[in-house]
Amino acid sequence: MTRYAGNAAALRALVRDQEVHRDVYVSEEVFQLEMEHMFPNSWVYVGHDSQVPNAGDYFGTTIGTQPVLLVRHTDGTVKVLHNRCPHKGTRITSETCGNTGKFFRCPYHAWSFKTDGSLLAIPLKKGYENTGFEQSHAATGMAPVRHIRNYRGFVFAKINDGGLDFEEFFGESLSSFDNMVDRSPVGQLKVAGGVLRYMHNCNWKMLVENQTDTCHPMVAHESSAGTVVEVWKKAPPGTRKPMAVEIIAPFMSPYEFFENMGIRIWDNGHGHTGVHHSIHSDYSAVPGYFDKMKAAYGEERAKAILDENRHNTVYFPNIMIKGPIQLLRHFKPIAANKTLVESWTFQLVDAPDMLLERTLMYNRLINAPTSIVGHDDLEMYERAQEGLHSNGNEWVNLQRLYSPDEAEQTNVAVNGTSEWPMRHQFRAWSKFMTMGM
Amino acid sequence: MSMVTEAPLRNAVPTDQELIDFVVREARLIDQQRFDEWLDMYADDAFYWMPLEWNQTDPRLTCSLMYEDKLLLSIRVERLKGARTFSQKPKSRCHHVLQTPQVDSRDATANSYVTWTAMHYVETRLDEQTLYAAWATHHLSVENGKLKIKLKRVDLINCDAAFGNIQLFM
Repeated sequence: MTRYAGNAAALRALVRDQEVHRDVYVSEEVFQLEMEHMFPNSWVYVGHDSQVPNAGDYFGTTIGTQPVLLVRHTDGTVKVLHNRCPHKGTRITSETCGNTGKFFRCPYHAWSFKTDGSLLAIPLKKGYENTGFEQSHAATGMAPVRHIRNYRGFVFAKINDGGLDFEEFFGESLSSFDNMVDRSPVGQLKVAGGVLRYMHNCNWKMLVENQTDTCHPMVAHESSAGTVVEVWKKAPPGTRKPMAVEIIAPFMSPYEFFENMGIRIWDNGHGHTGVHHSIHSDYSAVPGYFDKMKAAYGEERAKAILDENRHNTVYFPNIMIKGPIQLLRHFKPIAANKTLVESWTFQLVDAPDMLLERTLMYNRLINAPTSIVGHDDLEMYERAQEGLHSNGNEWVNLQRLYSPDEAEQTNVAVNGTSEWPMRHQFRAWSKFMTMGM
Repeated sequence: MSMVTEAPLRNAVPTDQELIDFVVREARLIDQQRFDEWLDMYADDAFYWMPLEWNQTDPRLTCSLMYEDKLLLSIRVERLKGARTFSQKPKSRCHHVLQTPQVDSRDATANSYVTWTAMHYVETRLDEQTLYAAWATHHLSVENGKLKIKLKRVDLINCDAAFGNIQLFM
């Protein structure tokens, strides 16, 4: 049964000022429409250019559920190609990443393509003479995604021609990328340490929403962060606080801490928690790091960069970055009730190794399928995914600190426990879902 | 020899059989959720390591699924007992099937013994049951007349796969 296809009014009706209909999470039809409209109309994160440093390097990923390849072309530029042979549809690369040399070769019939996707050669070419092959879609090779943008190493792509241009889509939110990159004394990041992958039996938007949900840590994470605080209390006085305790314990901060830390709202569903301070504010200094930053930027600017302690910056639709610890989580939709999380970590080029060590420790203690903090969250998402099938109430409440005039406002900082960011994400969802419909 | 209680070492240098019995007992204590006794098998400076990458050599600048000292392991054990540990309501159960541990190296002078154990580990909660295949490498030493784990390394055959929650200990 289709209820929503081609029906912009029905889709818009799923999002109200203070609540959203459960179909945004549980309906397979709505999920398919997200893949057909919302993701192709948005600038979606593909990968980091340090994953493909040399000509011929490639990395296979998805935009929504569409397979694409990030590739370094022979001229040094980065391309995004649809990862399918124009002949029979075969996925071109056999591994997720690697180096293809000067050209891609389809493993099925040996059609080959330059690293910008254009057709290089096909075997037994004579068989295509006088067939009008030159006019076929196949003759154009692997289709490139036409709209791509490399912002300080982070590569985004937009599949549809319509929609907003890159600057319009992101606006001031790019300042969170700037801060993360500027934390390197040479202004450069490199993917490092390996990617953690985590499978969630829930809708991808639950994960995105949770990045700005500051009313859950002290409740859901009492089991993990609360236990850390309790166990740490028993340590003999004067024991040096381990890095692991520094990382996990702040999740148990009281409501007041989160209220005061603030949330910033930007256009198009983007925003971040931690305007004034955050759970990353009180990490121990890393020996030698500030001196390097001071030498590179001058004392005042170095201080300004490091005093920015943004907690989670959400880039709509499906990534979150943490500038102070150089981490990016990619929430990859698989089905209405299934999401793959990839948690990527970055090394600050020319900074002490201890920063990467802390980043990796954070990643495995908080975001891993083997972490204890992550266990708390996934349990709640999966319970919600089940609970939403109850007919007792078809609506999800997002009302906390609602203000009737908020939809018109942008680039404002509000109370840190407001659900404004989630309402804002759904306004963007509605906009990009129905754009051009 | 009973696996249920800890058997004292007969000599300062453990026999191969004593090393094997120790490794088998560790798995049994996890299966029986006797986590306090299980923690006692670890030296104070021990690490439990579950690499993220195949043949990983560096636990510091390459991410791991777990790389935990005794403090973090004891936090996990305490958490499992918590009244508000919702991901353990209801609780998970687990089951180890070990091949006979092989003694890979023994050096009495350095007080260092290494065993290698192929195993299947099953974790279950609610209606879900998940099978993991792994190799456990135990680095053991004798402290105050007792064998202790200095390092337990668990290499999953699919270490780089996307998992759901893995809640107990392999």
